[in-house]
Amino acid sequence: METIITVEKVTCGYGKRAVLEDVSLKIEERDFVLIIGPNGGGKSTLLKAILGIVVPWSGKITFADGIGNRLGYVPQSARFNRSFPISALDMVRTGCIQGNNYLRQTSRESIDRSREILRKLSLENKLHDNITDLSGGQLQRVLIARALVSDPAVLFLDEPTTALDIASQTDLIDILIGLREKMSIVVVTHDPTPYAHIYQRLACLNSRLYFHGRGELNSATLEKVYGCPVELLGHGIPHTLLPPHPEAHRQ
Amino acid sequence: MNGILSYEFMQNALAAAILASIVCGLIGPFVVARRMVFISGGLSHTAFGGLGIAYWMGIRPIYGAIAFVLAAALFLGSLEEKKLNQNDLFIGILWAVGVAIGIVFVHLTPGYAPDLMSFLFGNILTVPRTDIAIMSVLVLIVVGTVAVFYKGFVAIALDEEFARARRLPVYGLKTGLTVLTALTIVTLIQVVGILLVIALLTIPVAIASELSMNFRKIIGLSIATGITVCLLGLSISYSIEFPSGATIILTGGTLLATVKILKRFALKRSPN
Repeated sequence: METIITVEKVTCGYGKRAVLEDVSLKIEERDFVLIIGPNGGGKSTLLKAILGIVVPWSGKITFADGIGNRLGYVPQSARFNRSFPISALDMVRTGCIQGNNYLRQTSRESIDRSREILRKLSLENKLHDNITDLSGGQLQRVLIARALVSDPAVLFLDEPTTALDIASQTDLIDILIGLREKMSIVVVTHDPTPYAHIYQRLACLNSRLYFHGRGELNSATLEKVYGCPVELLGHGIPHTLLPPHPEAHRQ
Repeated sequence: MNGILSYEFMQNALAAAILASIVCGLIGPFVVARRMVFISGGLSHTAFGGLGIAYWMGIRPIYGAIAFVLAAALFLGSLEEKKLNQNDLFIGILWAVGVAIGIVFVHLTPGYAPDLMSFLFGNILTVPRTDIAIMSVLVLIVVGTVAVFYKGFVAIALDEEFARARRLPVYGLKTGLTVLTALTIVTLIQVVGILLVIALLTIPVAIASELSMNFRKIIGLSIATGITVCLLGLSISYSIEFPSGATIILTGGTLLATVKILKRFALKRSPN
């Protein structure tokens, strides 16, 4: 698989506080990376650094040809202005806006593409509904549609299952399964369980990257990341990923 | 109505009301959506400092107000970009210091001291023709800028982080919007005064938001509502000899309450 994004020794943060320290990571073509870690561990900051929302203090992030401007982003749904008076269709159309085209008229093609993506995500009967009238699951799909409308090569999702019920989580996973053949997917999450059968690599982050790969995650690594005893339970996670911790009796 | 309009001061008042309604209808929805109402309050009171200094220097008060409010808008914009999380603190300080500077310089102005109440509550009936010309230029700047940067302004009002991820010039757009808000405030001070500026920026938007959930339509409805409120308030104040600025705002408040009650009544009658 070809590497399309390389994060090399990146350190960055807010004010004088470093949130990420010396983090290196690679994202490959058709990759599915889960980024887990405790609150304040820098998961969202890593996404923001890759997306250009925060500027690294040191280190560098490089993209393969044509990838840098094909990044799709699904932020946490609590971060945007949920009371803004806008329809689902118009919200998705804002995904076509980019730094080099925001002064131009919206093209007919972008409107058609927005409709088509909403139809594919089973929201064709919600096109003109205001976003304030949508359920959490429907709103999450609108946010995904907004990220997909610009035809991204990599899709970044920040805590996409937070505040979703089980049915909406299942819908989201089905959508991601449909997308993973077409693009790389990077998900920041507290709970890797819903993604257990689809992800390819896991990154454990708590300021530093503690683990990056597949098949070797154990409770010892997670104890380092979270800074407390961790016992892994195998509900839904393939057992090959869960070798027993030598001190499994510890709580 | 023809009788009223035969007076030049009423013609000027009518023009000022329409110009103010256009700018507040265009900018008000962005101010409300981006939760910039407190910033607008701070900027409008900062203008008082500029008005006082302009009086002391013997130049047109509107020039002093424009200079002060623009400087404050750029300062607040740079603070926000640095993410110092101290905007509230500095807005409060600008608010108080602006008013204090205004009072001190009006006090220092030799000869006849201008009426402070006219700044605070405005007097649309005394807007001179030269100020109408300045307001027209401000309106052209606001209308032109919003027309060109509309998609960018909507993007930052809806989701600033996503706009950054899409490589939009978020700092420039935010500063531009704050500067436009500053120009709008200067225009509105002529009509309703410093204290009531916020009302004219928000009440037409509140009424429009009761009637539509589409941002573009809310802008159009805010302009129409602003003109209606200003003209209705102006004629009521002329008829019963009430202060014009306060009457305009009370008319707006009454219209908002009426629309809310009617909407609730209509919803009860047709719950589906």
